[in-house]
Amino acid sequence: MNIMKILMTLFLFSFIASVQAEGLMMARTKQNFPEAMLKLQETIRSFNYEVSRVQRIDIGLTKSGYATDKYRIVFFGTEKEIALISEKYPHLIPFVPWKIAIFAEQEDTLLISADPMQFADKKHPAADKILLKWKKDIGKFMNILRKSE
Amino acid sequence: MTLSAKNHLLFSLILIFSSPLLSAKPDGEQLYTTHCSACHGADGHGGVGVPLALPDFQYGVTNDYLKKSIRLGRPGRIMPAFTQLKDDEVNAIVKYIRSWAPGKPFKYSNKKINGNVAHGKQLYQKNCASCHGSKGEGGKGTGVTFSRPRDLPIIAPALNNPGFLSSAPDLMIKTVLMNGREGTPMLSYLKLGLSEKDIDDVVSYVRSFENNIVATKSNEKLEPIISYESPNSLEKTVESIERAAIGKNFRIIRKQYLNQGLVKAGQENKKQVMIYFCNFNLLNRALAIDPRIGLFLPCRITALEKDGKVLVMASNPLYMSRLFNNEKLTKLCQEMYDVYSDIVEESTF
Repeated sequence: MNIMKILMTLFLFSFIASVQAEGLMMARTKQNFPEAMLKLQETIRSFNYEVSRVQRIDIGLTKSGYATDKYRIVFFGTEKEIALISEKYPHLIPFVPWKIAIFAEQEDTLLISADPMQFADKKHPAADKILLKWKKDIGKFMNILRKSE
Repeated sequence: MTLSAKNHLLFSLILIFSSPLLSAKPDGEQLYTTHCSACHGADGHGGVGVPLALPDFQYGVTNDYLKKSIRLGRPGRIMPAFTQLKDDEVNAIVKYIRSWAPGKPFKYSNKKINGNVAHGKQLYQKNCASCHGSKGEGGKGTGVTFSRPRDLPIIAPALNNPGFLSSAPDLMIKTVLMNGREGTPMLSYLKLGLSEKDIDDVVSYVRSFENNIVATKSNEKLEPIISYESPNSLEKTVESIERAAIGKNFRIIRKQYLNQGLVKAGQENKKQVMIYFCNFNLLNRALAIDPRIGLFLPCRITALEKDGKVLVMASNPLYMSRLFNNEKLTKLCQEMYDVYSDIVEESTF
């Protein structure tokens, strides 16, 4: 058999195995909310993303008279990737900038994000490459937060 | 390259590529941390999910129950089915969970209990329904999560759930009823005055839930986004979206350009506008069902000008709800889908 064919098959196999969509990506960190919030933003920036906005869900709820704990949504992205998506892959526009929900759970903090590969589409391999990069990076953010004490 | 060199290279590459498949035993702690700890706690003390480290839970369930629960999840509840894990990975997770309470758990045969279902139903309604629901649908909410005041350290399991019924043998259910579960509100029914025969009847009634399992609706064909073209200018369309959202009892909380915060102030693309809105009552209800709802927040519709057309787009809440494995949330997402569709339609009329 042609060596290149075998190599391509093996590569494809390992690639597909590594990008199986997980649905939700979640992590729990032992850090309390303020520390975890800082660590998350610092981690996102260390991977060369910008934090475009932090939505303070808890503040709106409290102002409206509802009891709640600390709850924020952190939006992030890069100028280049968002520009590419809005130009060539508008079906992804409603989902960007990507976000991570972060909220207090007693003394711990929980983080949650959708797996970007949920939106992968064989018709758009270049977009899938960006989604895969986000998935891997979010996985790394979460690992860093899991290990933070 | 000679044939021998080629074969050597090929063999080496096969080894490299297949090495993950041939690697050492899976690390149960690592797998638990990645897949389970967010809900069940790093040390198994619960949170969103059952406190797995609770001694009474540990000794009351079999390894088979744990493995099946991981594999099957709890359809329609929060616990997903981990179908992507390999058998040795599931075994490693179970072994790790067991490390919190070394000792031998109960072993149960698969013997069926043939109690009186009608009598069991009466006893169930009197003694169990207040926590587990009149039809075995389980408690509401998600345990102690999102540390707002919660009544219970654990949410009563859904006894009518196909994942539970397939995982728990009759004798396991009977043992829990007889002994209760220390550290949870589940009391011993023997101590409450029920006889062993009564308990058998309750077990048979719980088992009878299997006859009423309704297949959950599949969202397979849903589109990820809701998208319409507007006949109006971008400015007018944005105004119409705001008006329509307010008309649906939502509050506009922010208008922002898509790349705002990612580019220098003043350099934003003003032809891509995100309109964020919220109904705090709806939000509060959603958070009580599942605090992970943040992935939908805040509500947003995007209006943009592209290739001479004005488009109005939103993520499809029903498509997103598939990620959550939570029937109650799916109902709420249907409500949100209707709202989004109405706003998008109204603003593009």
